[in-house]
Amino acid sequence: MKSYSIFSLLRNALSYHQNWQAAWRSPEPKPAYDVIIVGGGGHGLATAYYLAKEHGITNVAVLEKGWLGGGNTGRNTTIVRSNYLWDESARLYEHSLKLWEGLSQDLNFNVMFSQRGVLNLAHNLHDLRELQRRVSAIRLNGIDSEILNVEQVKEMVPILNCSPDSRYPVLGASLQRRGGVARHDAVAWGFARAADARGIDIIQNCEVTGIRRDGDRVLGVETTRGFMAAPKVACVTAGHSSVLAAMAGLRLPIESHPLQALVSEPIKPILHTVVMSAAVHVYVSQSDKGELVLGAGIDAYTSYAQRGSLSVIEEIMASTVTLFPIFSRLKMMRSWGGIVDVCPDASPIIGKTPIRGLYFNCGWGTGGFKATPGSGHVFAHTIARDEPHPLNAPYALDRFANGSLIDEHGAAAVAH
Amino acid sequence: MSTQPFRLPRGGRIDRARPHRFIFNGRAYSGYAGDTLAAALLANGIHLVGRSFKYHRPRGIVTAGVEEPNALVQLGVGARSEPNLRATQCELYDGLIATSQNCWPSLRFDLGAINDRLARFLPAGFYYKTFMWPPSAWMQYEHAIRRMAGLGTAPEERDSDRYDKRLVHCDVLVVGAGPAGLAAALAAGRTGARVILADEQVEFGGSLLSGSAEIDGRPALDWVARATAELDWMAEAKLLRRATVFGYYDHNYLAIVERVADHLANPGEREPRQRLWKVRARQVVLATGAIERPLIFRDNDRPGIMLAGAARAYAHRYAAVPGRRTVVFTNNDSAYAAALDLIEAGGPVTTLIDIRAEPQGELADAVRAHGVEVIGGSAIVATSGRHRVKGVEVMRLTPDGTGVAGPVKYRDCDVVCMSGGWTPAVHLFSQSRGTLAYDSTHGCFVPSRAAQATHVAGICNGAWTLAECLRQGFTAGTAAARAAGFVEVAAAAAPPAPEPTATPPRILWAVPSDRAGTTSKHFVDFQNDVTVADIQLAAREGYRSVEHVKRYTTSGMGTDQGKLGNIPALGVLSDVLAADLPSLGTTTFRPPYTPVSFGALTGRDIDALADPIRVTPMHDWHVANGAIFEDVGQWKRPHFYPRAGETMRAAVDREVTAARTAVGILDASTLGKIDIQGPDAVTLLNRIYTNGWTTLEAARCRYGLMLKDDGMVIDDGVTTRLAPDHFHMTTTTGNAARVLGWLEEWVQTEWPDLRVYMASVTEQWAVATLSGPRARDVLAAAGTDLDLAPTAFPSQSMRQGAVAGMPARVFRVSFTGELSYEVNVPARCGGALWEALIAAGAPFGITPYGTEAMHVLRAEKGFIIVGQETDGTVTPLDLGLDRLVSKTKDFIGKRALLRPDTQRSDRKQLVGLLTEDPNEVLPEGAQIVVERRPEPPMPMIGHVTSSYFSPTLGRSIALALIVGGRARHGETLCVPLLGKTVKVEVAESCFYDRDGARANG
Repeated sequence: MKSYSIFSLLRNALSYHQNWQAAWRSPEPKPAYDVIIVGGGGHGLATAYYLAKEHGITNVAVLEKGWLGGGNTGRNTTIVRSNYLWDESARLYEHSLKLWEGLSQDLNFNVMFSQRGVLNLAHNLHDLRELQRRVSAIRLNGIDSEILNVEQVKEMVPILNCSPDSRYPVLGASLQRRGGVARHDAVAWGFARAADARGIDIIQNCEVTGIRRDGDRVLGVETTRGFMAAPKVACVTAGHSSVLAAMAGLRLPIESHPLQALVSEPIKPILHTVVMSAAVHVYVSQSDKGELVLGAGIDAYTSYAQRGSLSVIEEIMASTVTLFPIFSRLKMMRSWGGIVDVCPDASPIIGKTPIRGLYFNCGWGTGGFKATPGSGHVFAHTIARDEPHPLNAPYALDRFANGSLIDEHGAAAVAH
Repeated sequence: MSTQPFRLPRGGRIDRARPHRFIFNGRAYSGYAGDTLAAALLANGIHLVGRSFKYHRPRGIVTAGVEEPNALVQLGVGARSEPNLRATQCELYDGLIATSQNCWPSLRFDLGAINDRLARFLPAGFYYKTFMWPPSAWMQYEHAIRRMAGLGTAPEERDSDRYDKRLVHCDVLVVGAGPAGLAAALAAGRTGARVILADEQVEFGGSLLSGSAEIDGRPALDWVARATAELDWMAEAKLLRRATVFGYYDHNYLAIVERVADHLANPGEREPRQRLWKVRARQVVLATGAIERPLIFRDNDRPGIMLAGAARAYAHRYAAVPGRRTVVFTNNDSAYAAALDLIEAGGPVTTLIDIRAEPQGELADAVRAHGVEVIGGSAIVATSGRHRVKGVEVMRLTPDGTGVAGPVKYRDCDVVCMSGGWTPAVHLFSQSRGTLAYDSTHGCFVPSRAAQATHVAGICNGAWTLAECLRQGFTAGTAAARAAGFVEVAAAAAPPAPEPTATPPRILWAVPSDRAGTTSKHFVDFQNDVTVADIQLAAREGYRSVEHVKRYTTSGMGTDQGKLGNIPALGVLSDVLAADLPSLGTTTFRPPYTPVSFGALTGRDIDALADPIRVTPMHDWHVANGAIFEDVGQWKRPHFYPRAGETMRAAVDREVTAARTAVGILDASTLGKIDIQGPDAVTLLNRIYTNGWTTLEAARCRYGLMLKDDGMVIDDGVTTRLAPDHFHMTTTTGNAARVLGWLEEWVQTEWPDLRVYMASVTEQWAVATLSGPRARDVLAAAGTDLDLAPTAFPSQSMRQGAVAGMPARVFRVSFTGELSYEVNVPARCGGALWEALIAAGAPFGITPYGTEAMHVLRAEKGFIIVGQETDGTVTPLDLGLDRLVSKTKDFIGKRALLRPDTQRSDRKQLVGLLTEDPNEVLPEGAQIVVERRPEPPMPMIGHVTSSYFSPTLGRSIALALIVGGRARHGETLCVPLLGKTVKVEVAESCFYDRDGARANG
């Protein structure tokens, strides 16, 4: 892999950029691999990268039915934070956040991780109480978090309607300064390029159509490009996890719902931090291109169609304009939908399955993007060692049988 | 003021009797009613209107419609300022103020243009390869990048305008009122079907407004006028102008934004600025027209280079000629017609360059007859002119079209009209999930298979002649009406509309130049400055999926969403990859078709109307008596009632003490109330609640807990049996709607066999709770026919009778631990009841108390509040409420309670906490540790769920959920706070009157 830097950019400018090498190869699939990762999104590609980097396992294929990062990696609102309530979550997401902090350099690909801070607003006494609890727990877990009063919030986000007469008065907020946003496509591309450089085969336009098994042992996958054998198959197919599981005869405790997001037309910078309000369902940031990026809610029905209802957009617009009155004359430029796989406790499943050699990483619900590097890191460990990393041990599938749930319904702004 | 030097002396659809003044970049100009801002600017000879996003290149007006990528302006000032408006769509009004965007210090001299000089170092995706060292510097780099990015600016004030919404149903929605759409609307309307015809333009006619076509031997606009008049007379036809259909959702649900007042200098008070129409249509006819494509040649972005169809529109419709020396560059016939129109209107055309080898036929002959030099088989290889195109260089194309050869011809010009063919506007069709087919002759996608009840007509369906557009329109309109159940009275025949025979276009995606491989810029996406070289680079680097190309180069990601550039970009990509264009697919078409204001999507649902504010019948009394309110869900509840000069703590202490020693009164009307009736009502309660209900006698009350299927508490409340098959359930204030939904979900989806019916009666009953040792005295003094003797009206029972002359249900249940009566009266009596009780209670020292005192009172008793002591992870056993969990019957959540994790003895359990310092009130939400470590992380064993100063006990009290809490009684734990550590002792969760004698007396 030829390194990217200001110097390589200048050097290539001299030859009119004719000599850049491809970010990744497009290899022919081999008949057998040590590990097959199903799903070429951020989590799958990160898993491949860390398998090679941390465990020296490079005879790996990443199979993607469409284009890299075409699922939820390319459809989310790019928020990264680790201010989770429960110890298990805080540790997992903080692990991820720490990886984010060096990711551009590690991958030699600028993923534009921008630690511009994440604000969670409180609008009533109950919100404040919850905020207090959360911040208190997060701090004792060694993670940065603080509580701002309304004056401090106003100073940080002057365009926010902090009037006490507002329908949603702002009583305070929690702030994680290390939180922020990243360039979502770049995350997929950066991991793909770095994984490819370590010898991993990334195969696009290759859909898995079946999982072949012998009793309780996995043998490989049937694909649109033929059968590929592997003693270990890892599925990371957010939005389609249950479909893949069904191929192996498994049933996951997952519901799949449409989740929408939208961007405004680009405008000059007016919002310098991420603002979230769980109570009235707003989460908004401004991209480096100038677009406001807004997350909408999930549609109540289950679906695999990557689109949602207009009514959901109308609802979040009402809350958003109430909180940010100057947004009223800005315009929605594009809206889109993705499918989120939601577990009953709103926490993911990362680990082994009853079928030997078959692993699942799924159920991230509405908040998987922030976990991309951490998820890949612990999942790679799980696959390489055939046992979970201590950080993902609590996220085993069998918790739904034994009841050791990690209920994070309060964690996301998205109403579940 | 300028004199509109490029305005033609006659013609156009402008109103010369109504001149309008406007200001552009600080200078005053004039135009006419009927102009767009772009037309008025061109009439004044202004082409330079903006700067591009990345390189800040000077840019002019390219189009005459929604697809405009360049001519974006900031319109208006103050609260009505709006960024990124397309000058081609802004209707001119008197006093309009517009400013160019993304340039500093001025449009003509923009420092950002340095990027153009550095373009060689800023190829597609350059930012992914640099700005990584030192790692800490990204935030600084980003700060600079953000300042460079963005286009216009957000307003600084609250929007002063209003927005409306309408939800309508119709039989046939026709989208687009060009020839095909009008024909379709006519055909459908004549059957009597309810038709909505929506068009984004000011007037109907579509492309006919901009050309000189004839229908039935007369000017086409005569036919448009007749058709419009006929539609106007149809009682069931709704005609929407200035109305863009922007979204096509599932089940033929379409969204339209109507710009009601945007074109008015002084919008009226009564009309909204914009109106969002949400239409559920039985059938939809899409007649959305086509968008002309640019040709992708070197430096094709200079001001003065525009689409041929746009030039034609400006000359014809607005009587403004774009220039004095026009060069036309085309690959198809339509530019010939445009040239002829321009000439006829008075805009001289000097040279026409055709990519096709030997331009022949009627049109070519006609153009030549006007003295126009026609150069076939050639291409523009370069252009010159900084703020305005000055000339072009032309060379012969090699036969395969990949290169140029021969001598260079120079041609002076001030306008270049280009046409790369036409792209059907399939956006809505694709949004509706219809599939597309590739038309290789015309180099575009056309609708193939509809996914919904959709018909397509006109050029958006590949009808390349006017006659065919009309025919398809009538056919589609008739078919749509028939499918909606309406039969045509007489077959509508399309009128004839003869046109010259067409010669097929020659598709050449990237027009070669003699300086290939250098820094030459062939723009594919004007707004985002994406060039052919960028697409080639993306492909070279492995970004070969159309979505990767889009995201890597940002092609098609501007405010025009690639209306001009997406197909050429695909074409260029197919050349680079040597792949069939259709095999590449397209990027996904997403709503909205054109950007829609947040305001229109919001409608009136903002501020006070964003969410209803609910108040109780006693609200006015609380306000009059100085209550401070707390938001609980949508409700306003009195938090406490401070007297003059009283702090919150003093007020709450006083209210609590009154309830403990005399009598307090609480407005409990917000409590959720559900009326449950039916022979199986008791069965439902048995399944929903953890405890048993079969034995509950009529007129008796019982407290119950509800669990989710995971065994966790989701609500609690007292339910009373009014009659054998009739119950009155109460829920927490915040959960009232959710609980009713929960019951309905079970009954409707899992237990449809149960004969049980539920209705919310929360707002039907007003509730005043008397609590305290003198509660009975107050109730008696207020006047009641009920026997209040403890034996006649024991605790946990309900009596119906009169209180202060009002019909009442009185529940003897207590949330304070004192003798309590919850007096329910019809909501209309609430205010009167409250005042009667206050008056009757005066001699007994009656004191109104708010939610804070209520919390203290119940915490002293160790009563939980759902959502405070519980958070979706707490079982009844964790709360120490084992006695409420039936061992004999089944209920929702029972199975989950048997899981190993829910049976652990070291789960977090509810306990009381007493601080070492009795005056220390812990913050709610504080975490608890066994021992404070010098630095985090430190293991937490629980948290404080409730914490108050108890005036009754004269010390602070707290409730907490702690790992293995019940086994820790007497243990000392630590609460680490900022700057200090508070030591606490684990205690019983009930701090006061443990045997409950006070409430039962």
